[in-house]
Amino acid sequence: MKFPLPSLATAIAMGTAMLAAPMMANAQSSDGIVVYNAQHASLNKDWVAGFTKETGIKVTIRNGGDTELGNQIVQEGKNSPADVFLTENSPAIALVDSAGLLAPLDAATLALVPANFRPDHGRWIGIAARSTVFVYNRTKMTKEQLPKSMLDLANPSWKGRWAASPTGADFQAIVGALLELKGEPATLAWLKSMKQNVTAYKGNGSVLKAVNAGQIEGGLIYHYYLISDQARTGENSNNTETHYFRNQDPGAFLSISGGGVLATSKHPSEAQAFVRWVAGKGGQAILRNGDSYEYTVGKGQAANAKLVQISELQAPQVDPSKLNSKKVSELMIQAGLL
Amino acid sequence: MLRPSTPGLKRQRRWEISWMGALAGLVSLLALLPLGFVAWATLQTGWDTAYALIVRPRVGQLLINTALLMFITVPLCAVLSLALAWLTERSDIPGARTWAWLAVAPLAVPAFVHSYAWITVAPGIHGLFAGVLISVIAYFPFVYLPLAASLRRLDPGMEDSAASLGLGPWAVFFRVVVPQLRLALCGGSLLVGLHLLAEYGLYVMIRFDTFTTAIVDQFQSSYNGPAANMLSGVLVICCFALLAVESRARGNARYARIGTGAPRTATKRRLGRWTLPCILLPVLTTVLALGVPMVTLTRWLIAGGVDVWLVGEIGPAIFQTLALAGMGALITTLAAIPMAWLAIRAPSRFQRVLEACNYLVGSLPGVVVALALVTITVRVAMPIYQTAVTVLLAYLLMFLPRALISLRAGIAQAPVELEYAARSLGRTPAQALWSVTMRLAAPSAAAGAALVALGITNELTATLLLAPNGTRTLATAFWAYSSEIDYAAAAPYALIMVLLSLPMTWLLYTQSKRTSGR
Repeated sequence: MKFPLPSLATAIAMGTAMLAAPMMANAQSSDGIVVYNAQHASLNKDWVAGFTKETGIKVTIRNGGDTELGNQIVQEGKNSPADVFLTENSPAIALVDSAGLLAPLDAATLALVPANFRPDHGRWIGIAARSTVFVYNRTKMTKEQLPKSMLDLANPSWKGRWAASPTGADFQAIVGALLELKGEPATLAWLKSMKQNVTAYKGNGSVLKAVNAGQIEGGLIYHYYLISDQARTGENSNNTETHYFRNQDPGAFLSISGGGVLATSKHPSEAQAFVRWVAGKGGQAILRNGDSYEYTVGKGQAANAKLVQISELQAPQVDPSKLNSKKVSELMIQAGLL
Repeated sequence: MLRPSTPGLKRQRRWEISWMGALAGLVSLLALLPLGFVAWATLQTGWDTAYALIVRPRVGQLLINTALLMFITVPLCAVLSLALAWLTERSDIPGARTWAWLAVAPLAVPAFVHSYAWITVAPGIHGLFAGVLISVIAYFPFVYLPLAASLRRLDPGMEDSAASLGLGPWAVFFRVVVPQLRLALCGGSLLVGLHLLAEYGLYVMIRFDTFTTAIVDQFQSSYNGPAANMLSGVLVICCFALLAVESRARGNARYARIGTGAPRTATKRRLGRWTLPCILLPVLTTVLALGVPMVTLTRWLIAGGVDVWLVGEIGPAIFQTLALAGMGALITTLAAIPMAWLAIRAPSRFQRVLEACNYLVGSLPGVVVALALVTITVRVAMPIYQTAVTVLLAYLLMFLPRALISLRAGIAQAPVELEYAARSLGRTPAQALWSVTMRLAAPSAAAGAALVALGITNELTATLLLAPNGTRTLATAFWAYSSEIDYAAAAPYALIMVLLSLPMTWLLYTQSKRTSGR
């Protein structure tokens, strides 16, 4: 069998060209900004589309989880290719901030969001919010049997009856709030009892799916999973109901998604413009009308009408810049959850 | 092997061998990078911290999970494959050729698509039972392929002798046939075992924690923190233990025929009234391994309708996957040439050690390789951090053995005399190697490259960890949607991955037929 092979020189040239092509593609992406995105991929896609349409600025997205991307930026340090960091929960952006990697935001941007949805130092702001809830299977549990507080879930009577996604950043943000509200010994004790009681799933969506299927009675997740599933097929939530803890309970924690500009950004004005756009009218409108069902946080920006309004949630007061993700993962390793 | 005809050529050859040796050495050094990294990370962490991170209940739990998975899945795969191989090769089962092809076809379905199919059919499925079930279904062809090939090649003379000495059919099978299949069984089982250690997506979806899923969890909550690196260390040790067990089990008995002559084709055993019960096995296997994914895919494609075919997203994903697979296959095959050439033209003890390094690292899970490359590039090689170069390097390290094995076989079939002749006609050594030997080895190189491309198309963990900003391959896009429980939107990506893998699986099947001379 004969195969027509190119001459050695042509082959080497071809190989080099093929190798060079992707590197060039990568170099090209550096005109425009790079957004490290831990928010919902589809929400961010809409934000980017709206922003690019309005400003003509190109955006390259790197999707990932909160803690993953936050730690990644810290490891990358000064060399980080990221210009903007968007999170689902605040611990990850607080981590990046405490490493001194965020630039102060423009005053005009800060003015878009009320003071309780951003840290005082102004190096990042809230772009969305999400409430902790207990979702339960209506055929397996009555309203009377519901936990009064998230802390109840550590009681032996709850063994094997509830689910969570402990490896996810969402859950770790809730633990961060618990740590801030109740202190380290209480948090570790709660985590250790939780390890005995909980059934662990990967992802809040899987928790909802399991509760709906009756595999487990309830689960600790965020509020919007159920609502957005109802807006689609309802296949994963038709048997479920949401319980809001309220009463400033740690389980009523309102987690703030953060947005910030990297101090090392090579396109600072474009990066500032992106964060301003997301927190501003255009970005918040996409949040309100889209199918992510998170809370808007911009001044005068009403939430989606399908949601229980923020004022009724009775969330505990937690300073979002104080949530300590590193301590949380240490405690969770200690409790055997990670 | 080395018998150059003139002294001049001999000198030139030595120079050439050291030149190729240097290239092969370079590739092997690259291959040792992840191992060196794991060792370095352990030292860096300090003994006390390392000890605390390794000796803890969670690691014990993962060890138990992984060991149970291994001890149940591997024997099941072996038994199932042996039964199927015997039925398709040695019995008069109706449609033997079709069943043989259907026993290989599950390889075209990526492992994580198998579990996606299963959790759709049985939403509650999870844990060890699910892990074993889906692993057997996804990986048994790795044992079936070599077993069927060996069975085909086996000299029936021995069986006849045994039968003439009074052994019954069962005794002949277990005392004569099975021992001769030892190499195929060991090799196939080793491949399955290594896949079990390395697999990520399959086990995440059905909530079964193994070392690999735990490493990714750790990575995602700390980005290359010490805990992830220590877990990698344990995983590496598991891999080495597996390799050692396999090498002991393989033994060094010889299995070749002695003397000249060709074995006749084995007679097919008549199943008679056993035909119907026997046919149930391949039917059941096919339903579980191919029926379930097909039904699920169809179901989600119908549920999703036209809306899920986002051409603007699927098109680029196909392009990026093909580009990565194509380039990865090219580079990996090129990188395998020096070592393969040395192995055939100038084997030595040093060369064998180098070659073993390549195989060793090829057996490491992608997550270990990726973790090493992330840390190394972010600290000391920032220019290639998050570029296609790093991803391709990871693919090169992971899939080099696939290219090496094929290429070795190809070069072994190219007579060295032709290379000499080309040179005596005025070609330089490099030209002669390229235009003569490589041309003759091209079909094998192509087969190796196809295997590498197949691996890259369905690769998930290394791509997730290393890909350049903005990358979205079929596998990562599928993963993103299925993690959001948006199974309908994930379905087109799964379908395309299967369709892309089918020709390569077919190639594997025909290749295994050819090596047995049929």
